[in-house]
Amino acid sequence: MKSKTIRRWSLVHTWSSLICTVFLLMLAVTGLPLIFHHEIEHPLGDAAEFRNMPADTPQLDLQQLVEKAQAHSPGEVVQYFAWDEDEPNGVVTIMAPTPGTEPNASHTFMLDARTGEALETPAANGGFMMVMRRLHVDMYAGLPGKLLLASMGLLFVVAIISGVVLYLPFMRRLKFATVRQDKSPRLRWLDLHNLIGVVTLVWALTVGVTGVIAACADLIIAAWRNDSLGAMVEPYRNAAPLAQLAPATRLLDIARDVAPDMEPSFIAFPGTLFSSAHHYGVFMKGSTHLTSHLLTPVLIDASTLEVTAVAERPWYMDLMSLSLPLHFGDYGGRPMQIFWATLDVLTIIVLGSGVYLWIVRRRATRRSTVDMEAVS
Amino acid sequence: MKPRQSSFWKVFGLPAAIGALCAVGLFSALLGDGLWDAVSWLGLGIPSVVAVRGLVPRR
Repeated sequence: MKSKTIRRWSLVHTWSSLICTVFLLMLAVTGLPLIFHHEIEHPLGDAAEFRNMPADTPQLDLQQLVEKAQAHSPGEVVQYFAWDEDEPNGVVTIMAPTPGTEPNASHTFMLDARTGEALETPAANGGFMMVMRRLHVDMYAGLPGKLLLASMGLLFVVAIISGVVLYLPFMRRLKFATVRQDKSPRLRWLDLHNLIGVVTLVWALTVGVTGVIAACADLIIAAWRNDSLGAMVEPYRNAAPLAQLAPATRLLDIARDVAPDMEPSFIAFPGTLFSSAHHYGVFMKGSTHLTSHLLTPVLIDASTLEVTAVAERPWYMDLMSLSLPLHFGDYGGRPMQIFWATLDVLTIIVLGSGVYLWIVRRRATRRSTVDMEAVS
Repeated sequence: MKPRQSSFWKVFGLPAAIGALCAVGLFSALLGDGLWDAVSWLGLGIPSVVAVRGLVPRR
């Protein structure tokens, strides 16, 4: 590589990293507790504790659960019911003043599916973990915040790629994993920056790119609403608003009839982001390991309970669904979480050492120009 | 051009192998539990261990 080419790549690496570093540091730090959010919420008393009951205790039907939810929180309507594999007796319930209320203003809790007892989960509505989550997702700035973080993610990808290009000239005369410890702190941290950067490369790229995709979720969902959902509910465009919803009792049976071999993931009640004003949206997930991340919506007419459509999944919805586990690191048990956290801390070290190396080199060049001026 | 080629793989050989293992690991846990998870722990564990070893001062 010519020295001029190296200088150019070095310029790209320096500036793409410097611009995104503050944001990436914030993301890496706030992301760390989020990796363990389940484990942190339990001791804080923020997770639902279910009563011990015989294993074969029957569960209430969905309409009964809707009524229990409304009794627990009068003045609010149910937006979503969701199922969590780890808690077969619970139904995650999300309520808000209106069906269209934005997600950050809604109220999340658990219903015991056997008794209809409501169990509040404060961590889902506020507190330390919520602050971490909001900082990580949008810095409390809504869509502009998400898009800013997405563009910082793209810069991070540029920084990684230019860093790999620069790895070659730096390492040509060194054995892999050499860390020169005796020369100077600068050389030690340069070697560590190169070593840690190159071995965490694939993980950092994966988490970076899937983070950018997740940050664009609002746009992806908006595209789905315009595109796929819009076409399916076209006949309802001029229909009068619903005065009353047909009971939710049999929604899961209806969805299972048209989507056999699938399991329910969540139900979007009419008027929410994932349904239309005239439909329940029952989102079914595949039953194999891989397809369990992919959701197929079944649209059910909210007055006749007839199936309007089993929606096909546009590629961008699948892309988003598959990105989420690869960003969260929640799909390979406790050891995966621990490695995820380790790699996250290592990324913090790469970012920090990068800033350090930049400062040290700048000081060195400034000193040498000052020397030159003193001589002349 | 020959010497250049060899220096490329001398520099990128091990990092590429570690990266490939990491990619296999990231994907494998999506496919199943048990053995699939174990492959992912290996794929993510190797880069973690190599990096942490570099950080520990020797002697």
